[in-house]
Amino acid sequence: MTTTDATLAHPAGRPHEGTATRTHAHATERSSGVPHGASTRIVVAYGFWIFLISDIILFAAFFASYAVLSDNTAGGPAGRDLFEVNTVALETACLLTSTLFCGLAGIGANARHGRLFYGAMAVTFVLGAAFVGIELHEFATLIERGAGPQRSAFLSAFFALIGCHGLHVTAGLLWLLTMMAQIYAKGYRDDILRRMLCFSLFWHTLDIVWVALFSLVYLVGVAK
Amino acid sequence: MSSSIRHDDAHPRDLAPGDESDAHDIAGAVRGYLVGFVLAAGLTAVSFYLAQTTLFWQPSIPIALSVMALAQMGVHLVFFLHLTSGPDNLNNALALAFGLLIVLLLVFGTLWIMSSLDHNMMPMDKAMQMQR
Repeated sequence: MTTTDATLAHPAGRPHEGTATRTHAHATERSSGVPHGASTRIVVAYGFWIFLISDIILFAAFFASYAVLSDNTAGGPAGRDLFEVNTVALETACLLTSTLFCGLAGIGANARHGRLFYGAMAVTFVLGAAFVGIELHEFATLIERGAGPQRSAFLSAFFALIGCHGLHVTAGLLWLLTMMAQIYAKGYRDDILRRMLCFSLFWHTLDIVWVALFSLVYLVGVAK
Repeated sequence: MSSSIRHDDAHPRDLAPGDESDAHDIAGAVRGYLVGFVLAAGLTAVSFYLAQTTLFWQPSIPIALSVMALAQMGVHLVFFLHLTSGPDNLNNALALAFGLLIVLLLVFGTLWIMSSLDHNMMPMDKAMQMQR
């Protein structure tokens, strides 16, 4: 096929007006016929990957301000007076297990395995909601003890950083319910599965951010 | 036609972030997540132990915790986000590497500048005295 194509496109020893146009037309036809470039799944997930990296940079900015201000307690309570290791351990367990079940839900969606998908998504939601609930309770306790965000620069930065992560998890919970509804209503379509891939990327990234937070904010705060 | 085949051979297929390179069965994929979960849980447990123990030299604890956090992030990236060093993950890894550069510049640059400012600034009580 290739040799005949070439002979047709460049008729040897028979140059005439039409050659240039015909060659050009042939070239465009060929380049559009050849499967090139990335699939939509790769393009979508890569774009979302870039968003997640910019989100991590946002967290880094909050984290940098916390790192600068963490010693400026203005005579108020410091991290070791406030942080409860058991609460943080419970939050970490919830989020880590939820990220495992989110991965299982992704496997279930790709395999079009309804029971695995809905079951794992439900467990992910319950654990994520438990995480947000524990965090809200922790915030309420701190504010009750007079250690609200207005107490000191340390606490302002703390509430901003942890609160930003908590808001992300809350948004993720809403997205999770949306994905369950979309799979239920529209089935395992390619575009829905792409959204599911983006959701699981988001959820796993939130867990990675939480690893930095529980280690460097809570545990270092307790140890200091 | 032949050019398209050559194209595929020269450039290995890219993978979407989060997708696994070999499309294997459900059991294999689940096993990958379970291995990652056990590793991550182990590292978390060690971190919590390090924060509460008095067995070690205390100034080393924050550094040890940072190392554990980095290790756990690596486990998450490999086992949950399926990031590999393979050619099909080059774009994903490079984007992440650039993001990491920005994060490091942001965090350490901020700490450096602010500690330098703090060091060079007049102590607050002295500044108050001069204003009187």
